[in-house]
Order: sequence, then C-alpha cells, then structure tokens
Amino acid sequence: MTASTDLGTGAGEQVIDQPRRGALVLRRLLGNRLAVVGLGVIVALFVLAYTAPLVYHWDYEELDYTAFLAAPSADHWFGTTQVGGDVFAQTMRGLQKSLVIGLLVGVISTAVAAVVGAAAGYFGGWVDRSLMWLVDLLLVLPSFLVIAIVSPTFRGQTWLVFVLLLALFAWMITARIVRGMTLTLREREFVKAARFMGVPPWKIIFRHIVPNMSSLLIIDATITVGTAILAETGLSFFGFGVQPPDVSLGSLIAAGVDSAQTFPWLFGFSAGFLILAVLSVNLVGDGLRDALDAGSVRSRRADRRARGSAT
Amino acid sequence: MTAAEQFLDPVLAEGPVLTVSNLSVSFPSEAGRVDAVRGLSYEIATGEVLGIVGESGSGKSVSSMAVMGLLPGSARISGSVRFRDTELIGKPDVELSRIRGRRIAMVFQDPLSALTPVFTVGDQVAEALQVHRRELSASAARNRAVELLDLVGIPNAGSRAKAFPHEFSGGMRQRAVIAMAIANDPDLIIADEPTTALDVTVQAQVLDVLKTAREVTGAGILLITHDLGVVAGVADRVLVMYAGRAVESAPVDELFARPRMPYTLGLLGSLPRLDDEERRPLVPIEGQPPALTNLPAGCPFTPRCPLAVDLCREVEPELEIVAMAHRAACHRSSELVRSDATDVYGVSTLAEAGTGEVPRGERPVVLAVRDMIKHYPITRGTVLRRRIGTVHAVDGVSFEVRQGETLGLVGESGCGKTTTLMEILSLTQPERGSVEVLGRDVTGLDRKARTRLRRDVQVVFQDPVASLDPRMPVADIIAEPLVTHGVLRSEIRTRVPELLRLVGLRPEHASRYPAEFSGGQRQRIGIARALALEPKLLVLDEPVSALDVSIQAGVVNLLEELRVRLGLAYLFVAHDLSVVRHIADRVAVMYLGRIVEIGEVRTVFRAPQHPYTQALLSAIPVPDPAVERARERILLTGDLPSPADPPAGCRFRSRCFRYTALDAADQRRCEQDDPALERTDAPDQQVACHFAAPYAVL
Amino acid sequence: MARFLVRRLLNYVALCLIATFLAFGLASLTFNPLAAYAERTPPPPPAAIAAKRAELRLDDPIPARFVGWIGDVALGDFGTTTTGTPIGEQLFSRIGVSLRLFALGTVIGVVVGVLVGVTGAVRQYRFTDYASTVFSFVILSIPVFVLAQLLKFGGLQLNAAAGTTILYFQGEVTPSFRGSAGAELLDRLQHLVLPTLAIALQQIAYYSRYQRSAMLDVLGSDFLRTAQAKGLTRPRALFKHGLRTALIPMATLFAFGFGLLLTGGVFTERIFGWFGMGDWLVYGIQRQDTTIVATVTLFVAVLVLLSGWLSDVLYAALDPRIRIR
Repeated sequence: MTASTDLGTGAGEQVIDQPRRGALVLRRLLGNRLAVVGLGVIVALFVLAYTAPLVYHWDYEELDYTAFLAAPSADHWFGTTQVGGDVFAQTMRGLQKSLVIGLLVGVISTAVAAVVGAAAGYFGGWVDRSLMWLVDLLLVLPSFLVIAIVSPTFRGQTWLVFVLLLALFAWMITARIVRGMTLTLREREFVKAARFMGVPPWKIIFRHIVPNMSSLLIIDATITVGTAILAETGLSFFGFGVQPPDVSLGSLIAAGVDSAQTFPWLFGFSAGFLILAVLSVNLVGDGLRDALDAGSVRSRRADRRARGSAT
Repeated sequence: MTAAEQFLDPVLAEGPVLTVSNLSVSFPSEAGRVDAVRGLSYEIATGEVLGIVGESGSGKSVSSMAVMGLLPGSARISGSVRFRDTELIGKPDVELSRIRGRRIAMVFQDPLSALTPVFTVGDQVAEALQVHRRELSASAARNRAVELLDLVGIPNAGSRAKAFPHEFSGGMRQRAVIAMAIANDPDLIIADEPTTALDVTVQAQVLDVLKTAREVTGAGILLITHDLGVVAGVADRVLVMYAGRAVESAPVDELFARPRMPYTLGLLGSLPRLDDEERRPLVPIEGQPPALTNLPAGCPFTPRCPLAVDLCREVEPELEIVAMAHRAACHRSSELVRSDATDVYGVSTLAEAGTGEVPRGERPVVLAVRDMIKHYPITRGTVLRRRIGTVHAVDGVSFEVRQGETLGLVGESGCGKTTTLMEILSLTQPERGSVEVLGRDVTGLDRKARTRLRRDVQVVFQDPVASLDPRMPVADIIAEPLVTHGVLRSEIRTRVPELLRLVGLRPEHASRYPAEFSGGQRQRIGIARALALEPKLLVLDEPVSALDVSIQAGVVNLLEELRVRLGLAYLFVAHDLSVVRHIADRVAVMYLGRIVEIGEVRTVFRAPQHPYTQALLSAIPVPDPAVERARERILLTGDLPSPADPPAGCRFRSRCFRYTALDAADQRRCEQDDPALERTDAPDQQVACHFAAPYAVL
Repeated sequence: MARFLVRRLLNYVALCLIATFLAFGLASLTFNPLAAYAERTPPPPPAAIAAKRAELRLDDPIPARFVGWIGDVALGDFGTTTTGTPIGEQLFSRIGVSLRLFALGTVIGVVVGVLVGVTGAVRQYRFTDYASTVFSFVILSIPVFVLAQLLKFGGLQLNAAAGTTILYFQGEVTPSFRGSAGAELLDRLQHLVLPTLAIALQQIAYYSRYQRSAMLDVLGSDFLRTAQAKGLTRPRALFKHGLRTALIPMATLFAFGFGLLLTGGVFTERIFGWFGMGDWLVYGIQRQDTTIVATVTLFVAVLVLLSGWLSDVLYAALDPRIRIR
C-alpha cells in the first residue's frame, strides 16, 4: 500500500492489548470466592456420587436384616432405614439422579429457549405471535400440576421421560428474555450487515444471534439446573417423580420426613446434600452472572452513550 | 502563581469563581488504577465562559464531576477545588448538597436519561427550587417552575410542565435541564457536552438558551465539549485536555489562530470545515489516545506526535506561559509559532479522481431511486390490531447516484434518511416508486437474482462497536460476505489479507477480535468487509459520526482514496454537513420524508435556496472564532413536526422564517400547495420551495 | 388505558379456558378413576361398573365431557368427585384457606423483600449486603418441603424451651377450641405463623434479589446524578428518585413470583395440614379424580392470570411511559 502511506499509518499500528474474553471471565469468576467454593462443591458432589458407590460395601437396593433403623456407624455410614436399607448408598444414588436430572434439564431447556426465543424475535409476525402464545399457555399451566397428572403414565418408563417433562416446563421465561434480546440484536448493525450481505435467516440466528447471547444462556442454564433439581425433588417427594425402586433425594426425604425427629439421619443427610447441591449451583450461577455480565453491562451503557452522542 | 503572572492574565483581575488546582482523579479498574485526571489546574472568572475541549477519555467530564462532588465512592481525588472561598474537596455530602444546584449548577449531556422518568418535568424543576428554599410553598414553586420553563423557550409552559420527560423532545428536555440549572441563580454553570446528543438546529437553539441563561444569571460557564466549532462560537477562553491533563490554554482567538501544541494543531487540522472552498486533505493524528493505566514517563502525546524528540519520551512538559495569557505543555512549542497542520503532520495532497474528466452525464447510473415511498402504520392493540395512523417516513424521494461520485444525504434525525437507506438496501419493491441498481429494477427480482445483486451494493454502518459481531475474529468477519456468495476457500485466504492492507490494517490482525481494536480501526474493518465483494455502490450510514475528530479524519481520507482508486459510487448519509461538504460531490437535503434541495455540493453550500437548507447550514458552527462572531444565525422555531402528521401544503412552513414574512396571499400558497422540486438557475440544483431565493449563510 | 386492560383480560380468559381444558384432557386420558372401584373384593358386577362408567360419562369424548363440565361451572355447579361428593361443598372453604395463606405471605414477602433488596444495593459490598445475599441464596436453595420441616423443628424447640405450646403446626385452628373472639384469634395466629413464614421467607428471598439488582441499575443512572446536582443529598435522591424508578421492574416480577408461591403453597398446605387448594390437588391426583384436578387447575389459572393482569395494572400505575392515553 504505497500509494497512501498516510492512510496506512493513520490506522494506528498498535492494537489494544487486552486479555481474551475467556481468560477475563475466568479471572473474574475465580476472583469470586463464593462461586469458586460452589464450583468446588459441585465437582466434589459429582465425584462423590459416582465413585463412592463403587467402593462402598452396600448397594442402595440391598437390605441389612441385622440392622433396622440403626444410627450411623462404621458399617452403615449414614445409618439404616426401617427395612434395613443403607442410607449412605441410597443418598449417593439419589444424589446421582438429582444431579444428572438437573444438569440435563438445564441444558435441554436452555437450548429450547434459545431456539424458540430467537426464532420468535427474529422472524416476528405470526411466528412470534404463535410462539409467544404457546409460552403464555405453558406459563399458565402449572408445571407441577401437569407433571403430577401424567406421572402415572411414566411409571415403569425410563427416568428420561421425566427429564423431558421437566425441561418442557422450564424454558418459557428464558425464551421470553431471549426473544427480547433478539429484538435488540436484530437491529444491531452487524446483524443488518449480514442480512444485506444475503446470509439466510437461520444462519444469521445461529451464527450471530445465539452466540451473542451466550452469557445469558450460560447463566440461565446454570440457574435452571438449580430450579430443576428443586422441581425434581419436589415432585419425587410426593411420588410424582422418580419412581421406585429408583430413588432421588426427594423420595428419600419423603421417606424420612415423618420420623425425622427421632431418626434424624433418615432426613438430615439427604436434605443436607440437596441444599448443598442447589446452593452451590446458585452460587456458581451468580458468580457467572457477575463475571460474564459485568463487561456487557458496561459496554451496553457505553454503547447507548455512543449512539446518543452520534445522532 | 506569581503576581506578575496574575497581571498578565486579565481573566484573573476580577477574582475567580472557581479555582481548580492540581486536581487528580483515579479509579480502580481490572487493568489497574486509571488516572483519569492528572494534575489539572484552571480558574473561571465571574461571567466567563471557559471551554474545555478534548476527545473521549481525556478526563474532561470526570474533572467536572469531581468539581461537583458527584464521582462514585471508588474514585480517589486529590488536589483542590475552591469555589469562591470554599474548598469543595473533602466536604461531606450534606454540605456539598447546599452548594450544588444553588451556587453551582450542572447541565448534562444526555437529556433523555438526565430526567427522572416517573415525575413530571414541572415537578422536577420545582424540586430544584424547593430543595434550597424550604419556605417556598408547593404552588409558588410550581408557578416559578412554569416561569423558568417559559424563560428557556418551552411553548405553553403551563401545560407542558405537567408532561413527563418522555413526552418531550431531546431539545425540549435539555431546555428543562437548563431551567433547573438556572432556577436558583447560580454563580457557575457546568455544561457537560450539553448539545452533543442533539441535532444541529436544536444545538443552535440550546446554545442560544445557554447564552440567555448566562445573561440572566451572570454566571460563569464551564462548557465541556469535543466540538471545536461550538467552543469557537461560545467560549471566551479554551482549555485543551489530553490524557487527563491540560495541554494548552488560551483566549479563544489566540488558540484557534496560533496553537502552540502539536495536538491542538492536529485537532484543528483534522476538522472538515463548512467554509472550505477547495477540497484539502484532512490531518489525521496517528494512533489513539493512551490508556490511562500505568502511563509511561514523558509526554503522553509522544507516540502520536510528529515533532517528538528524545526529551519528550523522558520528561512530561509542564503547562507554561508561551505568550500573553497563552499556556502550552510542549517542549517544542516555541517552534510552533504560525505552523500549518498539513506541514507539521506531513499530509500529502489527494489524487483527483480518474473519473473526474468524464462529464457526470456520461457516467453510468449506479443507483436510481424514483418517487420512493415508505409509510409505517401506527397500530394499537395486542389481539386485534388496528391502524390508527401512518408515519410518512419517506414520502416520494427521487435521486440518482452515478459511478465515481458521492451523493451526500443530509437531514436531522427523523427526516427519513436512514429509512431511505434501509429501503434501498432491502432490494425489494418499495411501497410505491422504484429502485434501480445498475439499471436493474429491483421489482420482480427473484431471490437468487436479489442475492446476486447484493454483491454490488454494500453497506458501512455508523457504530463501529455494533457493526462487527464481537464473537467473531476479524478474518471471519471480512470473509463472511465471500463465504455467503460462494467464493472458494483458497481465494478467501488470499483476499482477506489484501483487504486488510487495502484499508490500512495489517494482515497479522486477522485473528484478533473486534474488541481489541479502536473505533477507527473497527470502522476500517467494516469498510474492508463492505469492499470484499468488490461492489459498485457503497452505502455509508453516518460512517464517521461515532468517531473522535482526529480518528474521523483518517477514515474520511481513506474513503476518499478508495473511491478514487476503485471507482466506487457512494451514497453517504450524514447529519454533519461539514463532513458532507468535504466528501460529497452532490448533496440532497431531506426534511420530513422529502428532499427539499438537491444539487452540486459547492452550489448548494454557497448559495442554498431552500430556507431549511439555509437554517441547517447556518446552525453549523465553524471552528474559527472570527468567522463565528461575524455570522448571523438563523434560528428555527419549535420542533420537528411528527412525521405521522406533517403539515398540509409545504411541510416546512410550520418552522419557516420566510413563510412568516410573507403576506396572507402568499402564505396561502404555502399552506395549500405542496412545492415540488424545481430547477434553479444554477446548472445542478433543484429546490422545493415556492419562494426559493439564494442566501449566503457563510 | 382501560380498554387496553379489558382486552388483556379477555385474552387471559381465553388462556384460562385452554389451560383448564388441557389439564382436564390430560387427566381424563391418564386417570383411571374406576381402578379402585373395580378391584374391590368381591369385584362388583360388570353391570355396576358400566353404570358407574356411564355416571362419570367416561365413554363420552373428552371435549364433550369438558364442555359439559365447564358449562355447569358457568352455572355455578362444579360437579362431583368420583366418590360422589359435590365439589362446590369444599371449594370455597378451600379457596379461603389458600388465599389467606397466599395473600399474607405475598404481602410480607413483597414489602420485606423490597426493603431488604434496597438496603443491600445501597450498602453494596458491606456487611448488610453480604448478609442479605447469603440469606437469600440459602433460602432459595432450600426446597419448601425441607424448609417447612425445618420450621417445624424450630417451632418444636421454641415450644420446648417455653414449656408451653406457642406455635402449632397442624391445621388452621385447634379443632375443639372454644373461647372468646380474642382467644380464637390468638389460636388462629398461633397456627398461622409457621406456614406463613414458610411462604414469606421464600418470597422475601426472591424479591430482595431482584430489587437489589434493579436498584443497582438505578444507582448509576444519569437522573440520580441530576437529582444530586440539583442539591438533593444522596440518600434523599436515592429514595425519592431512585427507589420510585427501581420499583417499576418489580411489577413484572410480581406475576412470575406467583408461580413460586403456588408450588410453595402446595407443599406448605400439605405439610402443615391446611386443607387448601394445594392439598386438594395432591389428593385429587392420588385419587385419580379428574374433576378435582380440573377445578384446581381452573383456580390456579385464574390466579396466575389475575396476577398477570394485576402486574399490568401495577406497571401502568408505576411507569408513566407505558400509560396509553
């Protein structure tokens, strides 16, 4: 570019040396002590739930006919139930179920929310109206009620059906937020630029719109994991969720709740693990929000100012 | 400051209202402490207007916030701010609040967010009164608020006082904020970019109101702005800030005539001017302002300075007297007496366009728009939608762009210029009228043909932050149009570095993300993307208005260079007429969805015939105090009418100064007859006015 | 404005009907209300089963059954349970029980939640902020059925410490209790504390988190700066201009918070032995009773939509920008 050296140098040789976004987010997240603790606890719980049963000497379905309602001991770490089931083995099994269900529901529902919300926001018109009507309808139908009603049909089915049902009722609010953000993103100039380049709509959605909401989606998936665990245990508590012989933390708590005063180990351990798991997930979610959103809030504000001053 | 210096400084004879000395402000940030203000000193005399000029990030706003004590708790402030005889730094909030609003008042940049959305405007003005005068009854405060609103020029102040801020236009809101500021007859008004968010004609009105405010209160005014034109017209004295410091200060005429610091010189040279006769290259200042964390020793302007010597890298120069009442912070300021920016910055003159020799009429038409109309329905209701009105966003617009030329489309916000662009870019049949690109009518194009046609029409947007997908590396951004149009991967690999070089960036930057670039660099990336498919027509939507002037100059030069080299045609939308004057060959002025005047740029600017064009041109400040003082401003009255309900007959008549001077019979003509564009005596100029007459505003 | 709200209300009524129909349909499809009856020993004769089928209209298509039922509902007849008792008998007492619980819990939750949230935002990163944040996180992480249980333990401890029964945790009143009006009110209050607390704690945690972030958004706003520049002290600017504006987003949240309230209600009623709508729902599902389920769904849908409508009204009242003139 010899013809215009004045232009070339005008662009400035130096590029602002900034740490990459991923590194920045990680640094912010690691700076949040509660979130780090939460993350640590979740990892520890997963590891515990999946490795402890491998080395532990009781199976969750096994009964010890020599120990009914035994208090925690070296043999039965968390004690036993009325019929001699080992509470530790059951709690670990329940923890596995609750964690996996929560995780799957979080991922599935967030994916659904992203697609539905982005489509409604991007296409507008009747697509938007019918999808948002569906959202309104599902919001009106209390999820607890519907899942409870249909729970008899998945008795004997795999628990994955239950996961899908939970996910079915967990995406609507996120979808609304996604739709709102899509409406803004759609008017952003890089999306317009793509449109005027001739990029087809679905490609724009998946290439430009969804990736630009990734912080929201990550945060939301995390928070949904927490709510899904709560919903799952709640339903299982009434017997509308995970079906015996399988156990979840909810069904364990239900089984122990009546004798909780006299035999606290029946209730305390499962309830404690449940609270610990949900609390950790929520702390991570909050930490992620601070780490991911801090920048975007700032830049959004700067954006507004820039646009304000330019017009 | 010695007695002798005070004697030299006529401003200080009366004793200052405000004395700022050695003010420093720093904030914590993730990258370390940001030293936003680094030892700033100045003073303002009673009734004086001091303009503080600087680009974004120079610390000009932060320093004024520090004066008001409005910085967040995380800011570390040192130095001294004396108001009359009171030291403000370190005063508790309760004591400061007795001074704020009563002795020192403030006007902010963004009038949209500066008013609380949930209270009426009248109540908010009344509150400013009552907060300092407890004895004032609610009704007395309300009455006084209406008087104040009336004083700042809000029509029907009595009823408008009951309206909420969102029911006010930007200009009206800013007037309300000024009404609040003068409510308690302050000694000092700090105006922080008071007109930046406003249109030029509204800017002229608001500056006028500010002048009134100064006359009424006799207050000193601290005017913070990035616009040297505004400063030239309003300020008595100017202080230039760079990287948190004052680098030059002088009476306004002296500063504009004899800048003694290379940065000021560059700033003045980088401005396109409305009164330029010949097309001269603008002076871009290389690079960008430094980050204010861990500043290296030496003068912070060194990396961008064409005159930098070793001393500059080692010692930061002090602000020292260089002439009568003139201070500058530069080791080489003595060499800068009467220098020319073009010489100092070594800018080469521009090559003239190769197409310049071919007469316009013989060049092919790249874009032809005829009688284009775009109306938006205003609907109400969620379930059953019904139309309750129509916004006439674009109402019969015709123009042509020929190869190798630039048509500037100008007008204030809401005039329909952006809608016009979007309609053209959609390449679909307009509601009425036609759009032809390279001789092909877009009506009846099938999807494939439309996609093919998109290769020839590309766009560059205003906001360099929003126009690039932040999640994509630059290489992917530039390659996106190529990928979309099925260009081979191997070819893309060679094209991307070529394009980067073409816009003055380095190919090594391809793997970086947009956030790592400055605004000007991002805009260059946007231009590279637009050029990827080798289009014939580039549609530019305010491409430089979000950039600082020193950066803007570089992009404007690049655009001009590219047009000449690649034989492009530009449709250039802007609200800044100085830039249009600089870059365009022809200009079209829009008002309420119509073109009111179109023609060759020199003719239209030298002898505008439509009263709106005249008002628009007259509202634009020229960065030259002598010229500014001599100019007579045409102030338009009122706001832009709603495009949903344009006046019958001539749309401009509700604000037209010529209309008001007509007799009844002629006025009736304006009320009944909608004027069409008609040729004037000039070779290329058309005007839509029954009483068109040339009037030189410059 | 009024017309806008009326139109919204009509839209909601349509949604209500569809939601109820879906619940009714799903329940009719999955439930087998005669299962218990048919498996009696000795088994009832096929004719008796057929008669029962006809009585419950099990052979009619579901839409027809629904139309029949909803038609009756419109006339004030909610039908009967599978065991033959009329729904109407219990309906209103149960609605009363639930609404008492919900209303009190919501009022306490919103008021305290807003106060806690604002304090947290204003004192950001100080002790009060950390304390309220940790409190909210812990409460939001405890499922209601565990929270209720923990409250019960707490009540027991309190009673044991006091040596007398201060708090009850079963039912709304002591069944055989007779006394003066004051004494009866006291008895009711003693029953009310724990279940209300179970609901209110959650609501407080929920609203305070959002109020905190809404307030933080407002803290950096330009208009707050303007208010201070006028001469208002920071606390005054915060409360007059900041809080008033930060309340606006809460109006929308109010509708969503209701979902939390409903599920919370089901567990709370169940655990504290309050015979409300939530308790009835669980009972209905366990007994495979379509009519009870449909009735409760209708109630829930009406409540959700009412809260949505109320939040529209609130929003319009709080924010002059959306008032349509």
